[in-house]
Parts: sequence; structure tokens; C-alpha cells
Amino acid sequence: MVNVMRIAARNLWRYQRRTLLTSLLIALGILAVLLFEGVAGSFKNLMIGQITDSMLGHLQVHRAGYVASIENLPLNLNLEPTQLERLEELLRGMPQVEAWSARIKFGALFSNFSETTNVRLMGVDPQAEARTVPLLRGRVVHGGTEGPLLVPGRLLVPELLARAMKINVGDTVVLVATNQDGSVNGQTFVVGGILASATGPGGRDGYLHIADARTLLRMAEPEVSEVAIRLRSLDDVRAVQAALSAALDGVADPQGQAAFEVHPWEALSPFVTIARMIDLMNVFIQVMLIGIVLISIMNVMMMAVFERVREIGTIAAIGTQPLRILWLFVAEGLLLGLLGAAAGTVISLAALWALNLAKLTFAFGMQDKLVLAPTIAAGDVLFIGALAVATAVLASLQPALRAARMDPIQALHHV
Amino acid sequence: MSLVRAQALSKVYDAAGVPVQAVRAVTFDIEPGAFVAFVGPSGSGKTTLLNLIGVLDRPTGGRLSVVDTDVTALGRREAARFRGEHLGFVFQDFNLIPVLTAAENIEYPLLMVQGRPAAERRERVRRLLEAVGIAELAHKRPDQLSGGQKQRVAVARALVTNPKLVLADEPTANLDSATAHHVMELMRSMKEQFGTTFIFSTHDPRVMDVAEVTFRLTDGSLEQDGPTGSASHG
Ligand SMILES: Nc1ncnc2c1ncn2[C@@H]1O[C@H](COP(=O)(O)OP(=O)(O)OP(=O)(O)O)[C@@H](O)[C@H]1O
Ligand SMILES: [Mg+2]
Repeated sequence: MVNVMRIAARNLWRYQRRTLLTSLLIALGILAVLLFEGVAGSFKNLMIGQITDSMLGHLQVHRAGYVASIENLPLNLNLEPTQLERLEELLRGMPQVEAWSARIKFGALFSNFSETTNVRLMGVDPQAEARTVPLLRGRVVHGGTEGPLLVPGRLLVPELLARAMKINVGDTVVLVATNQDGSVNGQTFVVGGILASATGPGGRDGYLHIADARTLLRMAEPEVSEVAIRLRSLDDVRAVQAALSAALDGVADPQGQAAFEVHPWEALSPFVTIARMIDLMNVFIQVMLIGIVLISIMNVMMMAVFERVREIGTIAAIGTQPLRILWLFVAEGLLLGLLGAAAGTVISLAALWALNLAKLTFAFGMQDKLVLAPTIAAGDVLFIGALAVATAVLASLQPALRAARMDPIQALHHV
Repeated sequence: MSLVRAQALSKVYDAAGVPVQAVRAVTFDIEPGAFVAFVGPSGSGKTTLLNLIGVLDRPTGGRLSVVDTDVTALGRREAARFRGEHLGFVFQDFNLIPVLTAAENIEYPLLMVQGRPAAERRERVRRLLEAVGIAELAHKRPDQLSGGQKQRVAVARALVTNPKLVLADEPTANLDSATAHHVMELMRSMKEQFGTTFIFSTHDPRVMDVAEVTFRLTDGSLEQDGPTGSASHG
């Protein structure tokens, strides 16, 4: 095998220009794939991070049927205290779970004493919420950046609303909410901070303390609308979702219906389609790489076989087995693939490094100045390199077979 | 026992539906250690016959045994193995592998065909380089060698596996007459030194003179002159 490689390498060296061009082509293909994967991948991760870490969390648990009617923020589909207890019990036993936050979601009238409008609100325990969606604190653009995120009696007002109603930190406002039983209750709050919008559902909600929410809604029992869960790793979403669903599936509400529903972030955010699109484009561009390698290697190996017909005839005549002749040419394709893959990987890593130095920024929805930090996993780099090499071997198989099947007499008399 | 025995050996080509009788039922024996020339005008069937003896082609009729083997029955891979084991080839155009040095070209059959161990290869290559008188050219590539030098390398490559039989189709056709003479003398001295049987084809009268046995081919049929062979028309 070493000898086959040596002869193959010498032949590649003999046609240096061709070898250089072909491996450069492969290298460019790899550069395209790795750059795209690095840039699009980091964009995707940033995007997912923005979505999950500023409001959604990685998973959400609701009372069955809540998500279907989430637009109305129904108050009659809350998780009851016993149900919440049961869920928290489960979550405490799951090592993948980093934090969770129980929330009350509701709609209210928001008044600055001269104007009134609608607002969607989220009652949260500030500590639990901050641990579950760590980017929330960063969204507070005016007001208390130090100390607790939220204290009772304070309100975090979404920026668009604050601007429209000309509201500043420290202003007093009134919230009027309809309770579960249909009665109405009002309460004054002090604006504790202005909250920059986040992209996605819930991105323009106001926040208040969960105790305030319960008082405003005159809840007899500590019910919650949803529990947002943060995992230590995004990779565990499927597993935790399955485990939670399995554990909660048997639990029925008093009416005999399933009590809980568990949703991963993908099921709750429309931006998952962008993430899917990026994955799909990854596949497309990998297919293109396969095409480039296939065509260029096949082409160059066809040429190599055609140019060396008499040489093939000679070695066949003196007794070289067809299989050995096959390997001689496959080895050339393999080496070309390796050369291209190695060059491509080096160029790509250099390019990614340069991109990181350049600190390019981009905007996603409401957020801008997100720094693009393209990275690529070692496993992906190896996979793409292996893909190119495997394709090169595959592409050289057909020309190599032609060489191996040549009739020595005809090949020897080839001019 | 003869090294090569042909009985009513025939080869008919099919040239676009028209049968061409390239070899017509020839019968002959070649003894071990012979130095044999097949001569005849262009188109008389020399190459065809050498291809049959060299197990590169299959006859369409008759029987052929080479080195005690009925070679008409060999498949593609067996034929390759047989050639690699028992035969050596010298070509008109030298046909060295361009990316290998002279020594590596000579080593090729030992390495890539027979898979001999390194020490044995080194020793045999060294012996052959000396035998054909090009030891100082061992590390030159074919494109740095003259025609005569290339053919010496080719002769060494054909002999390095100690074959029973070396076949050479017009080995001197691309050489000037002085060089041609030297190469023929080399082959003859190799025959003396290694006891190898040589069969070559030519239409060069000066080359024919070196042969010990000469078969004349005319339009695919055979007649023989010279002492150590026997031929008859079939
Ligand atoms: N592949 C083939 N298909 C058809 N006819 C062929 C083929 N090869 C050889 N022939 C014919 O067979 C006959 C013998 O050809 P061959 O090449 O054996 O002659 P030769 O004695 O070697 O001639 P030369 O001295 O020109 O090399 C010729 O008539 C030739 O045209
Ligand atoms: Mg001929």
C-alpha cells in the first residue's frame, strides 16, 4: 500500500499544476462550507440564545390546552398549586435542569392618568426569572440595573409602550385587570425600569412581581400560567422534554383530561424556521461541496487515466493485478482529496480566525450590534474533511475501474 | 520438455465483420535457453504470435502451452499472475514508468507484482543494474536516459524476476543500428548468464543475425531455419 501511495504521490507531483488547481478547487469548496457553517452556525446560536435567554427559556410547561389559546392569556387554564408542586418536585430531580421560573401571564389596561392602553404582563419571581432567562436583566435600558431586577410595587415597562405613553422611570401608573371571576381590579405601580424589546413572542411584555400579579388578579391560590425551564445544555432539550412528558403524562386534572403540556422552545418561537433554514442551507452547501469534489476529481482522474493508457498497458502486461491498478488510481484520488481537505481546512480556520478578529456585528430583529463570533466544532471540521476525502475516493473509483479493466494489448498500442 | 509448444495455433481477428487470419495454424516448439527470432514483413503476424505466447491474447484455434501450462484456458487474473510469475517483457517503446527512477523501474515487478521482501529486491536490482551496465544511472528518471539506456533498464526489468522466458516485440525498432546491436548483444549475454529463453520479433536483418533460431512468418504461416527449433506447417 505504501508503494501504491508513493507512485500515486509521484504522479501527482509530476502534474503539479493540475494537482494544485484541483486541490485548490476542493479547498475552496471546503472554505465555502466551513465559513458558511461557522458564520451561519454562530448566527443561529446567537439567535437561539436571544430567544431562549431573553424570554422563552428552553422548555415551557403549561396546563394542557394553554398554548393553543395563548393569544388570549386565559386565566382559567392555570397550573394549580398541587400541580406546580408536583412539577417542581420533578425538576429538582433532573440534573440537566439549571433553573426554572413560574410565571403568571395576563393582559391589563395600562394608564398614565391621561391615556389608557392594553399591555401584556408577566408576573415573575425576579430571582428565578433572572436565572431562567439571564438576558432579561440586560434588556433593562433605563432604571435599576443594580439590586434586584424587580421589587413589589414596581413595574418593568416595555420600551415601545413607554415611548408611546411618554413614561419615565419613577412615574406612577395604574394597571387594571379582569380577574378570573370577571370582576375588575386596579392598582398603582411605580415604573422601575424600561425594558428593551426582544424578538419573538413575549418580547414586548411588561414585568411585575408575582406577588403583585396575584394581588391584582385577586387569586385565592398561588396558581401560575407557565413554568419556563432553563437547561444546562441546549442539547438536552429533547431528552428533558421526553422525560418530563413521560412523567407528567399520567397526571390527569379533575375532569380526567391530561393536566400538563410540555413544549420545547422550538415549538413556541416562529424563529425556529430560520434555524431550520440555516440547517437546510448547510446541507445544500455540503451537497455542493460533494458536487465540486466529485466533478473535479472525476475529471482530473479521467485525464490521468487517459494520459497513461500505455503505462497502464505496460504494468498490466508485466503482470500487475487489475485490483492493484485500481488502487493506484484510487490512491491518487485519495491523496488529491486529502491535499484539498488539508489546504481547505487550514484556509478556513485562518479565515474564521480573521473574521473573529474583525468583530463583525449584525442585527437580529430588535437587537443590533450582536457581535458575530463564528466558531466551528472540531467534529464538524473533521466531518467536512472526511466528506471531501470520501467523495474524492468515490469519484476516482470510476476512472480507476476503467484503468483496471483495460486490455493490455489495446492499451499498449494506444497512441 | 519444450518451453513453448504451439500446435495448430491460430488467431483470427474480426475486423468490423471481416475475419483476418493473423496466425494460420502454426506448430512449433521452443526449447529452454533458446534465443529465437520471429521475422517477417509487416503484417505477417509477428506481434500477434508474440502476444499469444506472452499470454496477453487468446488464440482462436489450436493449442499452446507455455512453461508447462496450458495458457489457452487462463482467465484474466490467472493470466496476469502467470505473466508476472514466469514471463518478462521488453517493448519497442521501452515503456518505462516515467515517475520511477531506473532502479525503481527495475524493482517494480519484484515489488508491485511479486511482492518480494526489501532485502531480496535490493540485492536483485543491484545485480541487474550491474549486469546491464547502468549502475551509475540507477537514480535517473527515464526522461534523463537515452534510448539505449532506457532499453537496458527495460531488459533489466524483464530479467529481474528470473523469468523462464523473455518476450521482446521489435525491441530495437526505435534504436539506431549501433545501439540496436549493443542491446541485442546484451540480451544474448543475459541469456548466457541467466539461462533465460528469449523470443523476439524483428524485421531488421542485422538483428536477425544474432538469433540462434529464426522462424519466418509469411502472411501468418511459419517456416523455420536454424538449429535448435522445429517447425512445420499445420
Ligand atoms: N486488433 C486487430 N484487429 C484486426 N486485425 C488485426 C488486429 N491486430 C492485427 N491485425 C491484423 O493481423 C495481421 C497481423 O498483424 P501483426 O500486428 O501481428 O503483424 P506484424 O508482423 O507484427 O506487423 P508489423 O511488422 O507491422 O508490426 C495484420 O493483417 C493486421 O492488420
Ligand atoms: Mg508487430
